[in-house]
Parts: sequence; structure tokens; C-alpha cells
Amino acid sequence: MHERAANRPNKWNPLRAWLAIVALPLVACAGGSSSARAASLLNVSYDVARGLYEELNPAFVEEWKRKTGETVDIDQSHGGSTKQAHAVIEGLPADVVTMNSPLDIDAIADAGLLPNDWATHFPAAASPSWSVIVFVVRKGNPKALRDWSELVKPGVQVILPNPKTSGNGRYSYLAAWQFARMQPGADAAAPLAFEKKLLANVPILDIGGRDATTTFAQRGIGDALLTFESEAKVVVATFGADKFEIAYPSLSVRANNPVAVVAKNADRKGSAQLAQAYLQFHYGKVAQEIFARRGMRVVDAGVAAAHAAEFPLIRTFVVDAAFGGWAKAQAEHFATGGTFDKVTAEVKR
Amino acid sequence: MSAAALRTQRSVTSEPAIVRWLLIAIVLAFLAVFLLLPFIAVFVQAFASGAKAYFAALHDADALAAIKLTLITAFFAVLLNTVFGIAAAWAIAKFEFRGKNFLITLIDLPFSVSPVIAGLVFILLFGSRGWFGGWLSEHDVKIVFALPGLVLATVFVTFPFVARELIPLMQAQGSDEEYAALTLGASGWQMFWRVTLPNIRWGLLYGILLCNARAMGEFGAVSVVSGHIRGVSNTMPLHVEVLYNDYKFAAAFAVASLLALLAFVTLGLKTLLEWRHGDELAALRGHR
Repeated sequence: MHERAANRPNKWNPLRAWLAIVALPLVACAGGSSSARAASLLNVSYDVARGLYEELNPAFVEEWKRKTGETVDIDQSHGGSTKQAHAVIEGLPADVVTMNSPLDIDAIADAGLLPNDWATHFPAAASPSWSVIVFVVRKGNPKALRDWSELVKPGVQVILPNPKTSGNGRYSYLAAWQFARMQPGADAAAPLAFEKKLLANVPILDIGGRDATTTFAQRGIGDALLTFESEAKVVVATFGADKFEIAYPSLSVRANNPVAVVAKNADRKGSAQLAQAYLQFHYGKVAQEIFARRGMRVVDAGVAAAHAAEFPLIRTFVVDAAFGGWAKAQAEHFATGGTFDKVTAEVKR
Repeated sequence: MSAAALRTQRSVTSEPAIVRWLLIAIVLAFLAVFLLLPFIAVFVQAFASGAKAYFAALHDADALAAIKLTLITAFFAVLLNTVFGIAAAWAIAKFEFRGKNFLITLIDLPFSVSPVIAGLVFILLFGSRGWFGGWLSEHDVKIVFALPGLVLATVFVTFPFVARELIPLMQAQGSDEEYAALTLGASGWQMFWRVTLPNIRWGLLYGILLCNARAMGEFGAVSVVSGHIRGVSNTMPLHVEVLYNDYKFAAAFAVASLLALLAFVTLGLKTLLEWRHGDELAALRGHR
């Protein structure tokens, strides 16, 4: 080596150059890593719950510390609800899942990672918070869109994400279906005809809820955005109350945000008790207050009453009662060849 | 030669000035719209909320963790691909064997496979319900949704870069110098360190640069195998997505600007390499 270095002055060898490019920054920022970790939980959650858990987790950590003297870490994983469920099924070691659709927890249960009766393990169908589908409209509601019947008028543009890929879109679709079915004089064919008119007014079917929000709020496409009330409040807060407002239809769907302990993972890790306490914490006053402040409807009567002004009364239905359960609704409406496929095939522009 | 042939010849070699200028203008306009403008937009957006917000976004614990994870992942991916690239190029350039062309095609495979597929393949192999999933979970070995998965996916996507750079180089060089070293009594390692490596080093560095840039920027494949745990398994491109979906546009573009800077640095080093050692690189590329 020395001979060569002498023969070729001023020439750096690739290995050293590579070290300079790749390894030095690595070493530079590797300081203070991998200290022994305290007891930890991994909460695998849906896409738009990041802000929520940034607030809720420290509150739980503090309470747990006060109660037990133990410091815990809570890791968060966020992504599209269904994608997240698949990741858990494929081995993402979640201790708890906090989703925005029971379908996704059912899928995890079907894979054998948690019991099928998970919805009975916590109060209110294991859903500490819920929301409803509402309309976000442009300020002053220039097209007077106050109910589902006004969304299907010619010349109205409606933005909703694809029901095949987003919980948001599924709920919106089912709410429209139920509305059409409840109209006086509606026959068996009425809901399908209603969906056709609705989908004909949809210029873009985005993949997920946030994409649809971006289409509507940032790119300025459409007259109404169908989305969860909690998301609608974020839109108004982020993009300005001078630009957008929320319209409440006469009927909407109750969209639960269910939670569950992933029993198989938690048992193996020995974190079952902590996981249980963490989810139980979601029902306490502190967490319920956080939910309510973030625009979610809550199950605690006291907290709900304190925030009643922010959450107008709205008539709701639940999918289990109106559609005979999610599995049935999924098969009839969103599976290949379901009503949604029929509608879109005929609406093809 | 007839007059007509002469005219054709002239019109091929010297276009009218207007055509030349038009072509140059089109190319420049194209580059401006598709490369320069987006690049500027990233930085404008990154500083939209002021320099303070920019540095706060980069100093955020999750952003730092993402930067660190990206560097670690790229480090291992580049290390593995360097070893693999040299070995593959060596095998292809210095030995004759059946199925050599097939091997070259295989090395190019990642260029033609969508990165998402690359990620899914590892889920199918190492996921809980994958081929090796049962054995792995019994032995508590974590591959997907952990660092090894990120490295594997990145290695898959970037492995042609070093090998592709070295194969033509080593083929052009032939084995004469290695034979000479051996006949003079060098051991295998001595031959490698003192003859082969010095001969290929600039090409190797070039390949490593490109490999590293791609490894740090990879999104599709790592998105599939990452558990998306903030502060733990989000790389920089994934962190950009997280911030963007959170309406933190300035922060998202701040992190994105780091990746853009990486592209700049890569480009700079590449240019430097070509400028200082261009003759050597060119010489090694078949003028020997």
C-alpha cells in the first residue's frame, strides 16, 4: 500500500472517497442512538390521525408515569387504513391498532392476530370517537348545497375519494344510498339511480381522503367535498374560514374510529396490560377532550355536552343496522361487480 | 461523386443556423421546464415560511431520525452493492462461462421492474405469511418493517449501478495486467488491491455515486417494506410524504430540499470526476 501511495501522489482511492461521501455523515449523526429503550407500544393508525396522537400520547405517557412510575415510549405508524392493516397482517409488530374503519380491524382478526369479537372488548363498539360525513362547500355556499338531493343537480361538481380505496368514499357512498332509499316514494331502483346522478357529478375520484382534500381545497376543483366532519374542520382551519364552510345534510352516517389490542403481538411482547390501559385511556376525560378539540365526536356524555355547540345535532344511521354489517355492504357495493362498479360503468364519461 | 450527393452530404453535416438555434432553444426550454423549474420550486416552497421554520423543520427529532435512517440504509446498500458490483463485473469480464449474457440481463432486471414490485417481493418472502415468515417469526428475526427490509429493498433497486459501470470497463481492460502481476509472483489479494482496483477506481467511484444518490432517494420500494413508524422506520422520502399529508408543506419541502441538494452534490462530484479524470475514464472505456 505504501509503495502505491508513493507512486501516485495526490490520488485518493475510491474506498476512502466513498467513506468520505457516505460514511462520515453517518458517523457524524449516529451519536446518541440506541440507548436502552423503555417499555414501548407500537400504535398502528390511519393516515390523518398524526396530529391527534402527537397530543394524546404524551398525555398518556404522563398519566402512566404518575400511576406506575414507569416511563413508556409510544411509537406511531400512520398510513392509509387498509394498507396499515395489511402491514400488521404481514408482520408489522403493532401492539394496538387505531383505525377509522371496522373493516380493517376485521381483516386483522381474520388473519388470526386478534379475536373476532374485538368490538365487544371496549365500550361503544370499541370506538372511543366517531365522526359523520358532511359537505365542505365554498364560503357562502354559492350553489346552496345543503342536502344530498342538491348534490345530484346538473352543473354541480362533487369531490369524493374512490369508495374502493378509501373509508371516506365508502361512507359517503353508503350515506347517499341510504338517503335515496329513505325518500318518500322511493322504489328498489331509486338508490342506484341516485348514485348514478351523484357519480356523474364527480370529476375526479382520488385514491384517498387527503388527496381529495387537496384536489378540492388546494387545486380549487369542485363545489362540495364529501368528507368526515373532523377532516372538514381541519380544512376550514388550515385553508381559512373565509374560504370554506361546512354544510350538514339532513341524514348522515356514523363513522366509528375503532381500536383494538393486537393480542398475538402484545402477548408475545408482554405488553398486553399496557396496551389495554392505553386504549382504556382513550375513553377517559383527558383523551375525550383531545378528540373533541380535534373535531371528533366523543362517547363521554359530559365531554360531548361541553362541546355541543361545535357539533350540530345530525340524524345518523349505522352501517351495521342499515346495511346488515360491513362485510355485507362491502360485498354488495364495493366488491368487483358490486353496485359501485355498475354505477361507474354507466357513468363513464 | 455527383453534385446531388455532395449537396446531401453538406446538408447533413451543416444544418442551417436557424435549425441549430431552434434545436438548442427547444432543449434548453425543455430542461428549464422539467428540471430547473421544479428544482427552484422546491427551494421556494421550503423557505416559504422563512429560514427559521426551514431549520426548525430539519432539526425536528423525526426529521433527524429520518436523515439518520436514510444514511444508514444507503451505507449498507452501497456497501453491499459495491462488493456485489465488483464481484459481478469480475466474473463477467474475466471469465468465460455459459449463461453469461443471461447473468447480464438479470443484473439489469431492477431497471425494468417497478420499485413497488421490488418491495412487495420482500413482503411475499419475509412477511408473516410469506415463504420464510413462519421460520423468521419463530426465531424472532425481523426483516420486513425493520432496517434489514429497507436495506434489502434498496439493494434490489440500486444493484445495477455499480456493476453496470464496471462491466464495460473491466471487459475493455482485459486480464493482461492481472496475468503480469501473477507471473511476477503477486498473490490474489495483492493483484486485486494493486492492479485491478487502481485500474477501475474512477469507474467504481462513479458507480458508487449514482448508486448512493438512488439509494437515498428511493421511495416506492421502501414505502412497501417500511412500517412507517415515525422516528423509527421512516426514511427521508417517506418523511417528506408524511409531512406533506399533514399539510406541513414548508417542512415537507425543507426535507425535500435536502434530497435535492444531494442531487446537486452528486452532479457536482460527477462533473469533477469527469473533468479531472475524464481522460482516464474515457481511456478505460475501450480506447485501450
